[in-house]
Amino acid sequence: METLWFILVAFMLVAYAALDGFDLGVGIVHHFVARGEDERRLTLRAIGPVWDGNEVWLIAAAGALFFAFPKLYASSFSGFYLPLMIVLWLLMLRGMGVELRGHVDDPLWRSFFDFIFSAASLLLAVFYGAAVGNVVRGVPLNAEGYFFEALWTDFRVGPAPGILDWYTSLVGLLAFATLTVHGANWLLLKTEGELQERARRVAQKCWWALVSMTASSLAATVYVRPQVLDNFGRHAWGWVIPLAVAASLIFMRYAHARRRDAAAFFSSVVYIAGMLGGAAFAMHPHLLPATTDPSYGLTIYNSRTGAYSLSVGLVWWLLGVALAIGYFTFLYRSFRGKVRPEEGGGGYEAHAGD
Amino acid sequence: MDDALTIHRLHFAFTITYHYLFPQLTMGLAPLVVVFKSLALWKGDERYNRAARFWAKIFAVNFLFGVVTGIPMEFQFGTNWARFSQFSGGVIATALAMEGVFAFFLESSFLGLFLFGEKRFGQRVHWLAAFMVFAGSWLSGYFIIVTDAWMQRPVGFELAADGTAHLVSFWALLFNEWAFWQYVHNMGGALVTGSFVMAAVGAFYLLSRRQEEYGRLFLKVGVTAAVAASCFQLFPSGDRHGKLIAEHQPATLAAMECLFRTQPGAPLVLVGQPNVAEQKLDNPIHVPKALSFLTYQHWEAEVKGLDAFPRDRWPDNIPLLYYSYHIMVGLGSIFIAVTSVAAFLLWRQRLYGARWMLWILMLSFPFPYIANTAGWMTAELGRQPWLAYGLMRTSEGFSPTVSSGNGLFTLIGFMGMYFVMGVLFLFLMWREVGHGPGFLDGHESKTPPSARILPEGAGA
Ligand code: HDD
Ligand code: HEM
Ligand code: HEM
Repeated sequence: METLWFILVAFMLVAYAALDGFDLGVGIVHHFVARGEDERRLTLRAIGPVWDGNEVWLIAAAGALFFAFPKLYASSFSGFYLPLMIVLWLLMLRGMGVELRGHVDDPLWRSFFDFIFSAASLLLAVFYGAAVGNVVRGVPLNAEGYFFEALWTDFRVGPAPGILDWYTSLVGLLAFATLTVHGANWLLLKTEGELQERARRVAQKCWWALVSMTASSLAATVYVRPQVLDNFGRHAWGWVIPLAVAASLIFMRYAHARRRDAAAFFSSVVYIAGMLGGAAFAMHPHLLPATTDPSYGLTIYNSRTGAYSLSVGLVWWLLGVALAIGYFTFLYRSFRGKVRPEEGGGGYEAHAGD
Repeated sequence: MDDALTIHRLHFAFTITYHYLFPQLTMGLAPLVVVFKSLALWKGDERYNRAARFWAKIFAVNFLFGVVTGIPMEFQFGTNWARFSQFSGGVIATALAMEGVFAFFLESSFLGLFLFGEKRFGQRVHWLAAFMVFAGSWLSGYFIIVTDAWMQRPVGFELAADGTAHLVSFWALLFNEWAFWQYVHNMGGALVTGSFVMAAVGAFYLLSRRQEEYGRLFLKVGVTAAVAASCFQLFPSGDRHGKLIAEHQPATLAAMECLFRTQPGAPLVLVGQPNVAEQKLDNPIHVPKALSFLTYQHWEAEVKGLDAFPRDRWPDNIPLLYYSYHIMVGLGSIFIAVTSVAAFLLWRQRLYGARWMLWILMLSFPFPYIANTAGWMTAELGRQPWLAYGLMRTSEGFSPTVSSGNGLFTLIGFMGMYFVMGVLFLFLMWREVGHGPGFLDGHESKTPPSARILPEGAGA
């Protein structure tokens, strides 16, 4: 049961990364690929109806984490206090960046919110990556299962690590590269013409960065925490995951060259799912390893909630997520296809009468 | 008081109070937007659609601010109240996680459809989207109230060997009696806000002689909903909520009323200043025996005063609790009076010409916000010194590793951020109201441009 909930929570995080990931990616790239007001508006319309729903996966994942592993939620959220608060502020800025730019028809107003949107998306990507890095590396838990990390200490992976050390910064940059490519891939799907060509060039260039960052951060992970290989030794089928990651990268290259846009986007989804799924596979049953005394680490066994809650939870969770997937299918189908200038759309246009 | 404890309390109080400014309007407006959409479908009159679109714009901006200020709330249980989360997560996280999967997905997906899909999918789908947004926001209100109600009156759990609370009955948690009355009272409060705002915008249009057609429509719908919701706040919902407090939190009731001595035939205080040091109320004006009657339907019934409880079980800020409660009830009574007169004028078809009443309605929209905030402060301060009533004290619940310095840093950060957001919000609301429904879709309104709220060219 614990393992099942571990998988369900991981699934929600992957869904969040794959979905909101492209919104953030669009935020990162839209300054480079979109020229002029019309193209800017198009790129925003490519995420407009969906970004808020995508973000809900984060809230729902946090809720599910709190639900299934309350001890982990309490420990990690208070320990990662500062970076989480910064992430919250960035999420606020991002939301306002997307939504408010269209409310006033004024170039200055719009460039201000465009900048906020890009900067917040970029920093969010880096912080998310660093967060994953911290979880994989482990944190200085005390005997009671609590810790507190400063934003940075000496940038070394030592006994008193900060949120940012060389390893987590590397993972942060990897996340940045990943979401840039992912966002550009989404734009390939949603746009056409010159805008699409520019997005393709960004995706192709960043592909190299992505490949090299992937290789170096995987090597660094094994160096920082050799135990990540244990589960692969125990269950050989786990090697399917790194193979899928490698295959998705190669396939993406091919898809970019052949202009198979759906395939390119699909491959970056597989890549994200593979990387995060691989991390989850390697961690299980650990949730938050301790850099202090290994026995202080939080696992799915010592931080889970009562058995009754977990089984009742399965019923409502399946029902709720089935409904959510239903709404998402409906929503994405409703807004499928390329965004085009003539349609006019909701909040991203200025008011008539301005 | 411990330093870090104070900071964490202020942190939570500030962010939640700010957050709740937005959902109360969205939850209050959502059903009214559905009313407009239904009228449009039923009567086939385009004006109702335009009214719905206008309120949808207001709704969307509020929703955005509700979303961005709500996300921190979901995190703060863990960041600032880690020990409490560890203790109670086995129970309340069920409600919070259900809110995510059932309510937030519903709301956010259909809001996209509602705001972007009208032209594309036609009126029926658009009505459905409006309805789903309404359902989602009211559902989300329910789950969060279930969470709060459990903290007020813990049910359906047992204490496990490690001292944490584990759920034993899912249905007991979801159908907590406290949650039911708290929910209907709270949603009534949201409806009061939504309908007062609508009536105020309507009154503003009539008084400034712009978009008068819509002004009349907003007044009609707003005043009708406002009078119903205001009366509902007093009876049955506020009354029943109060009886639950008398039953389960008698010390809270005594503090809300500043009743220091246990007595039969207890009076109901209308005005007076609590003097906790001397345990009395200065300059009191009260209705004799009314408190006994309202709580127990019996004029001579004995009501427990604060002297019946050990000092360490008294709420820790009695004066603020007392004032919050009396502000809520006082405003509630005024709302009933004002909306009754307005509804009477509406019925006699004299409201649109009664400028004095329009002025009152236009200026009264901030007061429901004050009443709602005061109501929540009553609930939260009244729960003190407990975090989960009778189970865990507030002083035991905060995060052990987050120092007061770090807490203060983020509190100041939130204050700065929210200040800027508040300015932006007011600016955008002002603009939307200035545009009015007649300007949407490029349909020009009859109003000459010079009468618009922003002079020609401003902001363009
Ligand atoms: C416009 C808003 C509004 C208005 C006019 C009223 N209330 Fe209220 N009240 C709320 C908005 C509210 C609230 C914000 O919704 C609260 C806070 C917690 C909750 O669930 O509802 C609340 C709580 C609340 C409580 C519980 C406090 C606690 O839990 O300790 C009581 C006993 C009342 N109310 C009673 C009344 C009475 C007798 C009213 C008479 C007119 C009244 N309220 C008007
Ligand atoms: C939106 C309306 C709400 C308002 C205005 C509000 C207000 C407050 C205030 C003023 C405090 C500080 C009390 C103090 O100084 O001791 C507080 C504390 C708190 N509230 Fe609320 N609250 C609201 C809703 C909620 C809900 C829905 C929950 C739970 C789901 C909740 C949970 C808490 C917690 C955990 C604390 C911190 C512990 C404490 O100091 O009591 N609040 N809230
Ligand atoms: C500690 C308490 C609270 C938490 C953890 C919380 C959490 C959240 C979150 C995460 C969101 C964003 C959802 C999205 O992205 O769509 C949100 C919005 C919302 N919240 Fe809260 N909230 C709290 C208090 C309240 C209260 C007291 C109410 C009302 C009774 C409320 C009603 C809503 C509604 C209706 C929304 C939708 C957005 C809007 O209408 O503005 N919340 N909340």
